[in-house]
Amino acid sequence: MSTVVTEKKQGGALAATANYLDERVGIGGILKSFGRKVFPDHWSFMLGEVALYSFVILLISGTFLTFFYQPSMTEVFYDGSYVPLKGTQMSIAYASSLDISFEIRGGMLMRQAHHWSALLFVAAAGLHMLRVFFTGAFRKPREINWLVGFMLFVLGMAAGFTGYSLPDDLLSGNGLRIIDGMIKGIPVIGTSISSGLFGGEFPGTEIVARLYGLHILLVPALILIFIAIHLFMVVIHKHTHYSGPGRTDENVVGYPLMPVYVAKAGGFFFIVFGVVMLISATFTVNPIWNYGPYDPSPVSAGTQPDWYIGWLDGALRLAPSHLDIAFLGHTYPMGVLIPLVGSLVFLALVAAYPFIEAWVTADKREHHVLDRPRNAPTRTGIGAAGVTFYGVLWAAASTDLIATFFKMSLNHVLTVMQIMLIVGPFAAYVITKRTCLSLQRKDREIVLHGRETGRIVRLPHGEYIEVHEPLDKFEMYKLVDFKDYRPTVVRPNKKGKITVGSRVRAALSRLYFEDRIAPVTQSELTEAQSHDHSPAIATSNQEQLTK
Amino acid sequence: MAGKDLEKGSEAEGFEHDFESGLAVLPPDKIKDPGLEPHRVRMTDKSPAKAKNAERQVAALFLASVVGSFFALWAYVAFPITEDLATVRANNLFLGLGMTLSLLGIGIGAVHWAKTLMPDFEVTEARHQTRGSEEVRAKAVEIVKLADSESGFSRRKLIRRTLYGALALFPLPALIVFGDLGPQVGNSLRQTMWKAGTRLTKDPTGVPIKASDVTLGSVFHVIPEGLSEMHEHKLEEKAKAAVLLVRLNQESLNEAEDRKGWSYDGIVAYSKICTHVGCPVALYEQHTHHLLCPCHQSTFDVTEHCRVVFGPASRPLPQLPIAVDAEGYLIAQSDFLEPVGPSFWER
Repeated sequence: MSTVVTEKKQGGALAATANYLDERVGIGGILKSFGRKVFPDHWSFMLGEVALYSFVILLISGTFLTFFYQPSMTEVFYDGSYVPLKGTQMSIAYASSLDISFEIRGGMLMRQAHHWSALLFVAAAGLHMLRVFFTGAFRKPREINWLVGFMLFVLGMAAGFTGYSLPDDLLSGNGLRIIDGMIKGIPVIGTSISSGLFGGEFPGTEIVARLYGLHILLVPALILIFIAIHLFMVVIHKHTHYSGPGRTDENVVGYPLMPVYVAKAGGFFFIVFGVVMLISATFTVNPIWNYGPYDPSPVSAGTQPDWYIGWLDGALRLAPSHLDIAFLGHTYPMGVLIPLVGSLVFLALVAAYPFIEAWVTADKREHHVLDRPRNAPTRTGIGAAGVTFYGVLWAAASTDLIATFFKMSLNHVLTVMQIMLIVGPFAAYVITKRTCLSLQRKDREIVLHGRETGRIVRLPHGEYIEVHEPLDKFEMYKLVDFKDYRPTVVRPNKKGKITVGSRVRAALSRLYFEDRIAPVTQSELTEAQSHDHSPAIATSNQEQLTK
Repeated sequence: MAGKDLEKGSEAEGFEHDFESGLAVLPPDKIKDPGLEPHRVRMTDKSPAKAKNAERQVAALFLASVVGSFFALWAYVAFPITEDLATVRANNLFLGLGMTLSLLGIGIGAVHWAKTLMPDFEVTEARHQTRGSEEVRAKAVEIVKLADSESGFSRRKLIRRTLYGALALFPLPALIVFGDLGPQVGNSLRQTMWKAGTRLTKDPTGVPIKASDVTLGSVFHVIPEGLSEMHEHKLEEKAKAAVLLVRLNQESLNEAEDRKGWSYDGIVAYSKICTHVGCPVALYEQHTHHLLCPCHQSTFDVTEHCRVVFGPASRPLPQLPIAVDAEGYLIAQSDFLEPVGPSFWER
């Protein structure tokens, strides 16, 4: 902080620069209010950082690629250095993508860094979302920031898909073909949207240039705006912290921005970038030269989308057949509409979850202390159900590879997946919720009676006991500091009516909180300690407290 | 026990405003917060030798980054890309590894510095409720009211309503300019290049196919005559006109009465474009006579007019009626009699 000077000092160039900046942009005030801002420390808080840093890498590597890539579908005969494709007719887009890979030093590296960091961006954003979900970080006052983050996740998928199609190779062309098939299935406006998107019939000569505009301008601009809002709200709310001694809803415990966080977060950016570079230097991703230019007729077996589109492709595969409806001279292709509507409903539920939970608990307080997942068993169960649903859809995008690899019947794999898609989430919910409740019971047990040490002691009067080691007060507090809710009952409102809403809310509150394990209270603890009849415990207790 | 719906939150004592706690149970005797855990002293705090050591490690990591940067610069020059494809690999690998070292050296060095040498005392900072204080809120309301009275927004209904109207309509011209993104759909989705007399030719060479060339069990990827020489709209036409030609035993074909004349001596032609979402149905399994779409595994039975036997597709693949011309080449009798490819609203 010695660099901040508000008046001329004898200090060197640094002081002079600081003075210059302060007199023009008021950097002194900025540093005063942000320089020692406290950030809590936990590995799970780095997932969002990974997403942010991969976006920066995407901007850097993407800018490099725009210098060489040409978004044109004009057909040329390839005359580059990749011999197997010499003389092949292909679009300029594909040819320039090959040139980036095979003619330009570092071109392959940047292409791979761009692709790997895109995969990482969506993965990190998704894991960050799961962290926020399972720890309840979306509760008041952060519900809106959840929506912003949700938009970022969806935009991440959009950025990925628009970029995936740009090389105009066989694989990405087939991806576009599938999108076209889905769009055409939309009632009323489907064919017009398809015609508008492709500038006429599929594949046309426009789509690559249009996706390019979206990919390098509109989508990244939106992502930047949403990132700015996302981070602005983090500053407003201050970061959450995990429950523990000294951590409350009214404070924030952690390390100051300067110097610790600047070093850690700044360093972490370089680490993420370095790891992406290491992967890009050593592992091939999307070898477009193997696929050849787009042609509507050939296709390779075992086609796979990038991982984040997998769940949508899986949804297409799992849709039951023979359900197309022809009604009043129009076609409703259910094989497309069920997956389309189903995935939109799933996304809507994800976006709406914070508001649903807030409505059920009616808890209007601000929450800044995170839940351990076990301390919100129903939420954790719901999250596990959602993860299972997504996971089955995702795995279903590889039904053919699973069948080939494990030498199983494709038909059986698909049928099993269809059953899993329905049964899996319920099973995951029940198993997870029960596991959480058991873990909470175990926590109670440990708080009240200490940890089992496995040491059996024979007392002078012949009794055998196992020595339990009590927790120190800090460890104990971690296990008892959580919020506890209980279900409500249906009550008439002021007009004496019982509304449907209040019935639903009561039912949901039962679902959430009927089975609950309350945190240990002081009286329960005192009671349990007064039962302690073993001198061994008493002594080890003493030791612990004096430590 | 506490926990009535409208109970005031006791946990928010430190805040100015009390919010309802809803269904939360507020235990009267919560175990007391013992406050922050005592700080654990690191080796580098205790021993100047260890601190010196850590300092050297950090500096070594930063130096490694310098080495990495120079290595990357050298690799860019030392591994040029030539006609030999192996040079791409070397360029990619060594340039990438140099950059990796250059980046990781800085990153790991900075984090190591922070973890070993910068103070690791946890600091507590007070939070403030996001909700503004009563005073601030009153002031905000006052400002809004003042702005309202100064502009007359509430008072002057005429202005307000015409503004709403104007705001509702102004985006429409902005939308209409996207009208020329694509042409009207028209009939294009129902028509392909196939006409009566069009020869069936091999994909992609365009060589016509003689009926006698099609041996039992063989499969041909087919495009209409003339497509391979097209310059404009070649891919659009191909995306609709691609056909799969198979010859089966006449006995194993279960042909419907009205389609008996669509095949020639056990040779049948079906659209290659999947009726699910349009992937090419390119995989033919000879002993089951099944066509499989590799994208979503819709499976069609060639012996049963390409009925769907598995997967998400709903409609059979459209059949192209074929015949043989005077020279023995396979020709189309007409275009497909139904639209090919994925289902759409107007079909």
